Amino acid sequence: MQTPGPFEYERATSVEGAIASLQRLGPDARIIAGGHSLLPMMKLRLANPEHLIDINDLTELAYIREEGPEILIGAMTRHVDLLESELLARHFPVFRDAEQVIADPVVRNRGTIGGSLCQADAAEDLSAVCSAAKANVVIRNAEGERVVAMGDFHVGPFMTAVSDGEILTEVRLPVRPGGGSAHEKVERRAGDFAIAAASACVWLDGDTIADAGIALSAVGPTTIDVTRAEEVLRGKVPSEELFVQAGEIAAEDCMPMSDGRGPADYKRHLAGVLTKRALRRAAARALHQEA
Amino acid sequence: MQVTVTINGEAVSRDVEPRTLLVHFIRDTPGLTGTHWGCDTSNCGACVVLMDDKPVKSCTTLAVMCEGHEIRTVESLEVDGELDPVQQGFHEMHALHCGFCTPGMLMTSRALLDENPDPSDLEIRTAISGAICRCTGYKNIVAAVRWAAEHEASTRQEA
Repeated sequence: MQTPGPFEYERATSVEGAIASLQRLGPDARIIAGGHSLLPMMKLRLANPEHLIDINDLTELAYIREEGPEILIGAMTRHVDLLESELLARHFPVFRDAEQVIADPVVRNRGTIGGSLCQADAAEDLSAVCSAAKANVVIRNAEGERVVAMGDFHVGPFMTAVSDGEILTEVRLPVRPGGGSAHEKVERRAGDFAIAAASACVWLDGDTIADAGIALSAVGPTTIDVTRAEEVLRGKVPSEELFVQAGEIAAEDCMPMSDGRGPADYKRHLAGVLTKRALRRAAARALHQEA
Repeated sequence: MQVTVTINGEAVSRDVEPRTLLVHFIRDTPGLTGTHWGCDTSNCGACVVLMDDKPVKSCTTLAVMCEGHEIRTVESLEVDGELDPVQQGFHEMHALHCGFCTPGMLMTSRALLDENPDPSDLEIRTAISGAICRCTGYKNIVAAVRWAAEHEASTRQEA
């Protein structure tokens, strides 16, 4: 029987209260949202928090809305709501692509974007999606809040910029003109973690790529930002050759390990192919060439 | 800690360790053993119950997290000896063999039909993609959900 180790439980009634509890209880306290990453880790004793602070009642953190030049997503927004959001699908279809293949519909009823990002599992899809989208995350503590770029968010395997006494409250997606995005994933079976996955965003200025974001899941110790390929894409006209070149860079720059999901060279191959496919679809969407 | 969870409309109170999983709370306290405890890793879907009408995996939910929420288990489907159309569909279409996955399949399907009364085969397959059957195969399960959908549609027409 798998049961988590013992812990004390409390329910937060406000973000401030959750932060105060985190401060009072110290580094052995953890926030629990959907629990679909944390509880399995606790069952395996890979995580052993002494205190859980449940933020499921903080419905003020569950929203997807447009504000000025950004789309704001509250940390407690569940996968099902990310999947069904027309606003997100319009501006960042990469979310719907990913959400269709994140776990299964029942898990998606519970899991949250904040939990996914804070778990920082390299095999998890939303971290790559948010990295490719050049998202910023809002981290709140007792003193106030700070905004961290996704590029600085992952500091190691299962480690993020969120420190003790802090809570991730929001994901901000800058909306820029000419954008298109896509997520490509290969999995062993429905609902599994990726063998490899690639998220891509492109922003066109006329005929050329003004900016691009590419991030990979499951092919390294953390989510991999393929910045070298992003550089290559900038200022170029989208073409199949260009996407092939970006895919080759992605395959070179990823760091997969052989495991039950496949040998490293296969994952490296996938990273390249999926990057190419994601870029192809992202560009087609930016050019409104895909229904 | 003392926890009160509403299960099938009845408030169930018990002093539990916070680490008690919902699946064990449901099976132990009111003794509702219809909800099956399967893989324990949120992969198999045998433990699916409805939480505020949405299917959730009760092996990956703490009982303490359910205080203030409505839980529905497979035992709530049959009313006064009358099977729910989804249950009847499983019976008619031979959609179970060993029956271990059935409670999760039934609750997942019930939630699907409540939200989408006329699902396509693909929508049914997507909805139950978080539930694993190791003996019947999925063909008859999909047919059973279709049977239930059609049965409910004709019942609505008659009404």
